[in-house]
Amino acid sequence: MYRYDDFDAAFVAERNRQFRAQVERRIDGSLTEEEFKPLRLMNGLYLQLHAYMLRVAIPYGTLRSAQMTQLAYIADKWDKGYGHFTTRQNIQYNWPKLRDIPDMLDALAEVEMHAIQTSGNTIRNVTADHFAGAAEDEVADPRPVAELIRQWSTDHPEFQFMPRKFKIAVTGSPNDRAVTAAHDIGIRIVERDGEIGYQVLVGGGLGRTPMIGKVISDFVSGDDLLPYLEAIVSVWNVLGRRDNKFKSRIKITVHEHGIDAIRDLVEERFAEVKPLFSGVDQEMLAAITAQFAAPEFRQAPTDAYDAAYESDPTFRAWADTNLFAHRADGYAIAQISLKAHGETPGDATSEQMRVMADLAERFGHDELRISHEQNVVLPHVHKSDLPEVHKILKAHRLATANIGLVSDIIACPGMDYCALATARSIPIAQQIATRFDELKIEHEIGDLKIKISGCINACGHHHVGHIGILGLDRAGVENYQVTLGGDHTETASLGERTGPGFSADEIVGAVETIVETYMSERESAEETFIQTYRRVGMAPFKAALYPEKAKADAEARANAA
Amino acid sequence: MSVIVTDEGFGQDDWNGTYASLEDGGAPGIDLPSDTDPAALAALPEGTSMVRIAFPSSADGRGFTLARLLRMRGYRGRLRAQGHLIADQYAMARRCGFDEVEIDDALAERQPEDQWLFRANWQAHDYQARVRG
Repeated sequence: MYRYDDFDAAFVAERNRQFRAQVERRIDGSLTEEEFKPLRLMNGLYLQLHAYMLRVAIPYGTLRSAQMTQLAYIADKWDKGYGHFTTRQNIQYNWPKLRDIPDMLDALAEVEMHAIQTSGNTIRNVTADHFAGAAEDEVADPRPVAELIRQWSTDHPEFQFMPRKFKIAVTGSPNDRAVTAAHDIGIRIVERDGEIGYQVLVGGGLGRTPMIGKVISDFVSGDDLLPYLEAIVSVWNVLGRRDNKFKSRIKITVHEHGIDAIRDLVEERFAEVKPLFSGVDQEMLAAITAQFAAPEFRQAPTDAYDAAYESDPTFRAWADTNLFAHRADGYAIAQISLKAHGETPGDATSEQMRVMADLAERFGHDELRISHEQNVVLPHVHKSDLPEVHKILKAHRLATANIGLVSDIIACPGMDYCALATARSIPIAQQIATRFDELKIEHEIGDLKIKISGCINACGHHHVGHIGILGLDRAGVENYQVTLGGDHTETASLGERTGPGFSADEIVGAVETIVETYMSERESAEETFIQTYRRVGMAPFKAALYPEKAKADAEARANAA
Repeated sequence: MSVIVTDEGFGQDDWNGTYASLEDGGAPGIDLPSDTDPAALAALPEGTSMVRIAFPSSADGRGFTLARLLRMRGYRGRLRAQGHLIADQYAMARRCGFDEVEIDDALAERQPEDQWLFRANWQAHDYQARVRG
């Protein structure tokens, strides 16, 4: 894993010194709130509904156990003993005090972490596949290039006051687990004639105007990548709209000018920018790549795993849902669900963080990942250790066997925390999870992704949920719109609206109706929700959700006949 | 009146030339608004010895890209950022190719010299310089 060198460490220390001074200057009036705002945002500090919120970057979702332990320490010392993992591989602390923030940042720096550019109109934390370096289906580990992009984008002098935020995600696998098509820039590592390069997508995004990213280049070679990215951002920094924040993201720029016109401008700018790069970044990349060398995998029998799988149904259920194929023999990728039924999706207590850190240290080659689905991953666990890992997880309410199932819900913080929210998300997620837990049909339903956002900014990714739920405010009353058929993977698509929304009291029942409809429509238990939806379309779901409308339509047709 | 900020701190304006817009020309100095089309920079008159780029608000970062483009395209004369920049943006301005920043007296009073000198170390801790080589 990547370790800071002297330059990184000195940079973060200097940045923290600057921010400490900025906080003081805000307090003494040298900085107006308007001037301070972008400065605090580019250091991860939001002003939320009830308090400040500090968003800490977990670059490409990778953590060492010592880092996770420090996150727990910070939660205890300066917050209320828990943290919230987000869809962009960050952790958020919801209750810090302004005067404590510089000390929190120093505590992060002790373990080579920071909150730089987790907010503001900057290039945000670079995210990547949470199975990087462990999955058997990848072309290359996306983390080295993500780290290179982190360094290039950090404190980039041209890109700190852009029209709007800018998000980059990288996948090294053709099975896209990093939602690259919903990012301002999505990077897919590809191989062409034996050479590793990058397919680059631009202009994806969710929010009030969801768009699937478009391919701007099919193949950018390694030494062209940074200048190519720089060309894209530079073109948009001037061309992107600053008159209306809802039209400022690059997805709108691409939409208004067309991908071909943007490509021409980018190619032109690339030709100017490229000579400024000496190529030393490729040497840096090689050094970074060496740091991400795979751990030394153990050769050992898996009898203990096989025995537990045979004899313990709880372990078997967990293994069936929460494990993922590892590239090394005898190993598995173990996912820890932060979606216990009835709990807040993505929250972990400091005690749970310490337990996960300890497991990583003892059984997981010291590595942890945060997934965009707001779960934690132990990427390298030998199967023979899994029964013990499971036992410890169970003792700390971390063994919920629901990865990829109906209760593994992505939800934004919603009106319980967020100043922008128009409706609650967390309670809806909790009620849905609890309801399906009562019905005991979760495993029978199979792969189904529900994603909930509490406002049109779509932090809960509802557009790309198989079932998407969007909470709105209708004359002071919460109203939940439902979309079906969204997909966040390499076959990305946006969900379609079912029709009129549902009240907070009705929404859980509506989800249940959708699931029942799927269960009766599917051809077999193997046909997943999204497959069934693509085969049968919206009609049966609509008919089930709005029976009166369906009846009225049928009568109207009968009368007309 | 205005204050000129350089690595040495606050100073007087020692530029005595006149300014004209890119369209009008006819002066040694050129004033560029922040919404200047990058393609229009090609019309920069030969012999221009000062370019002043406007920052109408500290949130408007277009001037940073314009400055870099001018430098990439070979402009070697004086390059000044003018308007609402805050001390925290001094390092960004310098790294993008500006020589100096022009602020008004009110801003200079609110953000005194020491706050700008705090970022006179703009050449240190620069990831960009490192990845470009």
